[in-house]
Amino acid sequence: MASVISISNVNKIFRAADGLSVTALQDINLEISQGEFISFIGPSGCGKSTLLRVIADLIQASSGTVTVNGKPAAEARKNREYGFVFQNATLYDWRTVIKNVQLPLEIMKYSKEERDARAREMLKLVELQDFAEKYPYQLSGGMQQRVSIARALAFQPKILLMDEPFGALDEMTRERMNNELLSIWARLKDMTVIFVTHSIAEAVYLSSRVVVMSPRPGKISEIIDIDLPRPRGPETRDMDAFFHYTSEVRHALRGTKPVDRSGAVIRDGAIE
Amino acid sequence: MTDSAPSRESQLAAVARADRPPADYSGLRTALISLAIVVVLLLFWEGMKAFSAANNYAVTIGGTEIDLTIFNNSQLPHLGDIAASFMEPAQRNGPPLYQTLLDAVSFTLVSAIQGFLIGAGIGFALAVLFAHFGFLSRGLMPFVVASQTVPILAIAPMIVIWFGRAGNSQMAIPVIAAYLTFFPVTIYTLRGLTSVPATAVELMETYAASKLEILVKLRLPNAIPQIFTALKIAATSSVVGAIIGELPSGFQNGLGIAILNFARYYNQSPERLWATIFVAGLVGILFFAFIALVERLVVRWKPKESS
Ligand SMILES: Nc1ncnc2c1ncn2[C@@H]1O[C@H](COP(=O)(O)OP(=O)(O)O)[C@@H](O)[C@H]1O
Ligand SMILES: [Mg+2]
Repeated sequence: MASVISISNVNKIFRAADGLSVTALQDINLEISQGEFISFIGPSGCGKSTLLRVIADLIQASSGTVTVNGKPAAEARKNREYGFVFQNATLYDWRTVIKNVQLPLEIMKYSKEERDARAREMLKLVELQDFAEKYPYQLSGGMQQRVSIARALAFQPKILLMDEPFGALDEMTRERMNNELLSIWARLKDMTVIFVTHSIAEAVYLSSRVVVMSPRPGKISEIIDIDLPRPRGPETRDMDAFFHYTSEVRHALRGTKPVDRSGAVIRDGAIE
Repeated sequence: MTDSAPSRESQLAAVARADRPPADYSGLRTALISLAIVVVLLLFWEGMKAFSAANNYAVTIGGTEIDLTIFNNSQLPHLGDIAASFMEPAQRNGPPLYQTLLDAVSFTLVSAIQGFLIGAGIGFALAVLFAHFGFLSRGLMPFVVASQTVPILAIAPMIVIWFGRAGNSQMAIPVIAAYLTFFPVTIYTLRGLTSVPATAVELMETYAASKLEILVKLRLPNAIPQIFTALKIAATSSVVGAIIGELPSGFQNGLGIAILNFARYYNQSPERLWATIFVAGLVGILFFAFIALVERLVVRWKPKESS
């Protein structure tokens, strides 16, 4: 598959006011294919958000390049190819739900009819059509996050970047949101999703590839392909392969893979 | 047309009520508390007068004698006498006092509103400039702050002279009022424009929004609650500013001159000065309440901060 996003030799060093510097990203290389669902996982402070922001051209890499279809990330941002979902929903308090979803459409100069039609369609997609005229404070955290997803999808970006979007939700809500997200992604063919998470189960459940990162300096320590069948659903979580992948990611996070897993790999081989 | 007007109004009111966030009675409660405080103050007023009169305007506490003559009728009139003075002419064969004061209020209020608008406009423009150009903020903010430490009484006569030379001496009064009102608007608006969450700005950047769009769709609406706080302060200062501005202006029609005149005759009839002071206070309160009402209609999204 053709790669959409090419990240090559990206470094990001933050210089603090006290003269100390933090290497948030070191030597990041990654190719992301069209229509892929890829997750970044790693402990706090390993540079996941920084990498996402560099990809989205919200901050500049200290060195290295990010290209989207061969063009610089800055151009992709100007062409409005990115939809971004933040960890806190970042809804505008003074706008009703539907007006929040319409925000990007207003800036992108869609006609009033089209703004309204699209926003309603997106709200239906996240099952919030009955809440169109409510203000954000009248919604639960999960509902607010769904509005922000609807807002990110409203202008049909080619690339959806999500920074721990479900991090603040309880486990039940999170699993439901995971299913909704997968079904939306399946419907919007060819949309590439880059998803940042803390949760191993979430990363494995959603992704075609999991990028495991380690901190100080922020690096990619391993990339794990997730070959679980799609469409995925609640039964996916019960599959042996699902457990296999979650433990693989867990070991990659701990950096214990080569020693501890040798036995497990042999046993897996024996069963198959 | 005349029939349908009230029904349409009540319909609108019903709609507004229905859409309001979960009923909050804080407005009613605040009003009741304010009323109670007013009643207590009035009772205290009359109580002190009665107490002083009963003790022959002097009490001895722990060996020191305390003079209570300020509570006698020529210093602190009865509330009833103040109320009655509204109906009596302020000058022989003149109109009743309330008529005089009503004219004075309308003169002063026009200046206050003009000053409020000028001050709010300038204050707002400064805030927008300061929010976008750090060097302007750093360079000019000290002067903006310093402007408020210079006593307005020192500057007012100069403003009167300048506008007199320019042939529009009446404008001096609103300009003096504006001098007092622009400051809170600048400070609060600037804070509202700049205290925007970083991710809210980043969101706009993912849309490749322009600086103007970020201002109009993010910074300004974000600043609206603070702007209203500033406007409420500005409303009351604009009345004070207009009253002060009238003193050196040479115009005899406003509340400022009325206060000055009645103060001169305080010993003969203190009721008139008190009546004028109450009216001046009421004008400020009503202006404030009007802005607060507009705020309630506009700001409907932040119930946590509205109390
Ligand atoms: N704007 C910034 N200024 C200075 N340091 C930063 C900034 N943003 C992130 N960092 C630092 O970079 C590192 C990676 O941060 P981040 O990308 O937010 O990690 P993660 O999202 O994986 O938790 C952390 O050590 C963090 O303190
Ligand atoms: Mg993060």
